[in-house]
Amino acid sequence: MPPIVEISALRKAYAGGFEALKGVDLQIAEGEILALLGPNGAGKTTLISTVCGITTATSGTVRVGGHDTVTDFRAARAMIGLVPQEINLEPFEKVQSTVKFSRGLFGKPANPALIEKILRQLSLWDKRDSQIRELSGGMKRRVLIAKALSHEPRVLFLDEPTAGVDVELRRDMWEIVAELKRDGVTIILTTHYIEEAEAIADRIGVIAHGEILLVEDKAKLMARMGKKELEVQLSEPIIEIPASLASDALRLNDDGTALIYSYDTRGERTGITKLLAEVAAAGLILRDVVTRQSSLEDIFVDLVHEGEAP
Amino acid sequence: MNWTAVKSIYLFEMARFFRTITQSFISPVLSTSLYFVVFGAAIGSRIQEVEGVSYGAFIVPGLIMLSVITQSISNASFGIYFPKCIGTIFELLSAPVNFLEIVMGYVGAAATKALFIGVIILATAFAFVDFEIQYPLAMVGFLVLTCISFSLMGFIIGIWAGNFEQLQLVPLLIITPLVFLGGSFYSISMLPPVWQIISHFNPVVYLISGFRWSFFGAADVPIGISLLAIGLFTALCIAVIWWIFKTGWRIRQ
Repeated sequence: MPPIVEISALRKAYAGGFEALKGVDLQIAEGEILALLGPNGAGKTTLISTVCGITTATSGTVRVGGHDTVTDFRAARAMIGLVPQEINLEPFEKVQSTVKFSRGLFGKPANPALIEKILRQLSLWDKRDSQIRELSGGMKRRVLIAKALSHEPRVLFLDEPTAGVDVELRRDMWEIVAELKRDGVTIILTTHYIEEAEAIADRIGVIAHGEILLVEDKAKLMARMGKKELEVQLSEPIIEIPASLASDALRLNDDGTALIYSYDTRGERTGITKLLAEVAAAGLILRDVVTRQSSLEDIFVDLVHEGEAP
Repeated sequence: MNWTAVKSIYLFEMARFFRTITQSFISPVLSTSLYFVVFGAAIGSRIQEVEGVSYGAFIVPGLIMLSVITQSISNASFGIYFPKCIGTIFELLSAPVNFLEIVMGYVGAAATKALFIGVIILATAFAFVDFEIQYPLAMVGFLVLTCISFSLMGFIIGIWAGNFEQLQLVPLLIITPLVFLGGSFYSISMLPPVWQIISHFNPVVYLISGFRWSFFGAADVPIGISLLAIGLFTALCIAVIWWIFKTGWRIRQ
């Protein structure tokens, strides 16, 4: 099956000369959830804006559902829903009328039943006749989502959907995303909450300085970061690991005060009991035991810093 | 054509107008009534007939034009400036609509509002002075064309404006003088010769002259030239807007 979103060699230089995107290539399969992780200023929003038609690319192409977003913009854009990062809403409009407007703007005939379903799903139905300015920040974000869903997009872009929202809305949001996925909607979300990417994404892309540093299946990435380290601190430093303990998973720290043991948290046996028994048998006296998990965050930070290196 | 989108934008903009319908009507009706009292009744009674028409009646077309032009510009410029200012324009830019559809929605709504006001002022005028409209169809035609062309211009101003001051500046510094010096309250023939020549560079002169012709059958400039001037002005505005959307000037980075 051809990818639903195909981004090739996409570059964007702003008028001031700042290069926000430096030749991005990205293919997104239909029905998947892709999380784009990246620090502020990495180019996440520029990438989304360029796909959606809000900014024009300096060079490169974007195809959505096989339609070029420039030469065949109507067909391409009709498939796309966008939930922007900023809460951009007209304060005096009513919830329901602004959502209906979005549907009409995308050329779809009125469908009150669908609008009701969306508003109910987002817990906005009771607020349908309220003015936007009367709503809380979280509610406004729900309105933005409702607007994007009103025209039944096949590809949904969520730009930092949970930035600054409470835990409840974040959970609701994840549920909505899961439901959309069941309906076959392709979802691309940007976030800098790694846990969010972990919770809902199928694939994770890391972007920094206008370049995609990595796009990988979440499960594979999780396997890479599923490693955990156990640090056994000793009361007396030792010079080398006793022969009885020697294994690939075990090493001594630089000053000989601790043994560091790497293991897979998802393994059938972690080997910790055996290790501790052997440490005791070798006559070593423990001072403390610490565990550390290498997280997606570490991988992410490493990648971004590699990107920074000249 | 995405007619559903045009209709949606149009109705959305009209809804904004109907929310503030009282203010929208009271202000122009009040100010026009004041003009009639001051110019028509108080000063006009001391002015002899202009081009065979009583002064009170003579200023009716000019007053309608004054309001319609100001309203067209302010409605259309605000209509597009507001979404640009608060950021909701992102939706317009990401929607499957082209420039023509956006313009038809926004300019159509702004022109409709201005037309409403023009009709209300005409009705108010009947309450103050006695006059007949010789060519009602031409009158409606001129009115509609003016609403559309100046709403197009307002749309350009709204996209150009970087802040609320600039949004107010063009109407204040350019449009008001052009309209006042365009023969709203006098016939161009009443001016000294030098000013008559200068006046011919003022596009509003052609509009008001043509509009007045539809009322009284007399004009400062030939009616054909009036039509040509307004046609050229409309075409110029459409060309500028086409260029704006093509290049993304001030709306798309």
